[in-house]
Amino acid sequence: MKLFRMLKRSIRDAFKSAIRNFSLSLASISCITITLIIVAIAIMASLNVQNFTKVIEKDLTIVVFLDNEATPEDAELVKKEIKNNSNVESYTFKSKDEVKKQMQEESDVFNTVLDGWEGKESPLKDTFQVKVKKVEDIAKTANKIKGIEHVSVVRYGEGMVDKMVSAFSSIEKATYIVVIALVVVTVFLIINTIKLTISARRREISIMRLVGASNFTIKTPFIIEGMILGLFGSIVPVIFTTYGYLAFYNHFDGHLFSDLIRLIKPEPFIYNTSVVVVIIGILVGMVGSAGAVRKYLKI
Amino acid sequence: MDLINLKNVEKKYKNGVTAIYDLSISLKKGSFTFVIGGSGSGKSTLIKMLYREEKPTKGQINVGGLNVAKLRNKKVYKLRRKLGIVFQDYRLLPKQTVYENVAFAMEVIGAKKDVIRKKVLRALEEVGLKNKIHNYPDQLSGGEQQRVAIARAIVNDPKLLLCDEPTGNLDPERSMEIMKVLEDINKSRGTTIIMATHDKDIVNRMKKQVITLKDGHLVEFKKKGVYNEIV
Repeated sequence: MKLFRMLKRSIRDAFKSAIRNFSLSLASISCITITLIIVAIAIMASLNVQNFTKVIEKDLTIVVFLDNEATPEDAELVKKEIKNNSNVESYTFKSKDEVKKQMQEESDVFNTVLDGWEGKESPLKDTFQVKVKKVEDIAKTANKIKGIEHVSVVRYGEGMVDKMVSAFSSIEKATYIVVIALVVVTVFLIINTIKLTISARRREISIMRLVGASNFTIKTPFIIEGMILGLFGSIVPVIFTTYGYLAFYNHFDGHLFSDLIRLIKPEPFIYNTSVVVVIIGILVGMVGSAGAVRKYLKI
Repeated sequence: MDLINLKNVEKKYKNGVTAIYDLSISLKKGSFTFVIGGSGSGKSTLIKMLYREEKPTKGQINVGGLNVAKLRNKKVYKLRRKLGIVFQDYRLLPKQTVYENVAFAMEVIGAKKDVIRKKVLRALEEVGLKNKIHNYPDQLSGGEQQRVAIARAIVNDPKLLLCDEPTGNLDPERSMEIMKVLEDINKSRGTTIIMATHDKDIVNRMKKQVITLKDGHLVEFKKKGVYNEIV
């Protein structure tokens, strides 16, 4: 009960202080707002880039063609070697007969042409479709497979894929750095704002200490005040996230440049991002205040 | 029974100045003690050490069973709840009423609203300000402001009341009013009072226990003392 009373008092004092020091509060809220908008953009960009990579990874396969000399036993040996590769997630095998049958089923035009292709005369080849675990190591895996006996050609969209994956990975890392840097900057900002508020209330704090208020009682209102500033500071970024992303998604019709680069669907993405932005806002306010109180009051 | 015990206490500040040398005294529960001395005699330092604003460099200080010298910063509030403190400059919150100023001391330690009301009114009655509960500090005289500060200091029923030159800003007449209030508190509540002062007239009139300090040294400790001219 006592704790509840103290908490109630702390919340009341926090609101009072935020209102009393209105201009300072407004300055903090504005700064948090601007930072959180950039943080929200960075988060959305980062998650979308992650999504691009995932989509590409999902679509990416190594196609392994065996030479015409390969017997079913040779194909079995190749299969074994592929299976043993640590980066191989899964694979499917299609013999030249199965490929032929599939093509015949797909088109009548092929039907007559394919009829004449038998045994070693057939230009069709036994193939493996291999999915990898780590797309960054796809080149290594493809090269390894290429070295297996009776493997004639290996294809995985080399060059373009490598560049795209590495570009996405760099963008992702950059957005992480931006988010962290902005969060740190905001924490310092809050520290300074709360310091000014504390300065304005030094007399009150010194009296609190004299009459036996615990550090918890002194600190809590400031920490709650920081959380309130963080919460208010996240209102505009949440609106921005919700409506901004929706407009962006609709404008580009869900994908950028090509079908391969697909944007994340707005729902529930915008809501989840909004929740994250609010949590970051509140946490930043809380951590900033706690830092200011610690430094300034030396408690 | 002793409420306060100081054993070989020394206080040396970081700038090298020693404010208190090897001080050993015991004060009984319910006693009224003046600490007298000139500027730089160490009387304020002594008071500050008793409420743990300053830490002694050597020796032991025991207040109401708490070892003040070893008290960690985080636990200082435990000591402060056992005592009340009154300063020369009143230290009131200017934007709060008389009632709110006194209630503040109870609110911050989580007291219940109805208990706060009862005790605040009682404390204000004791200092003769029950009729001014809605006034703000700037609407009161210096003597009245000091009485509000005393009410705030006693509202939590402390065992010990520390007063650092409480009459320093007041004329002789108002000073005697304050001394009357303090004496009443000492008698009716049994609160132990330690008061640092350089007011010769007050010390001589009250005839209480007197600790005389000079340049950080204990010069005299008398049961019914008068102002020692040596200071």
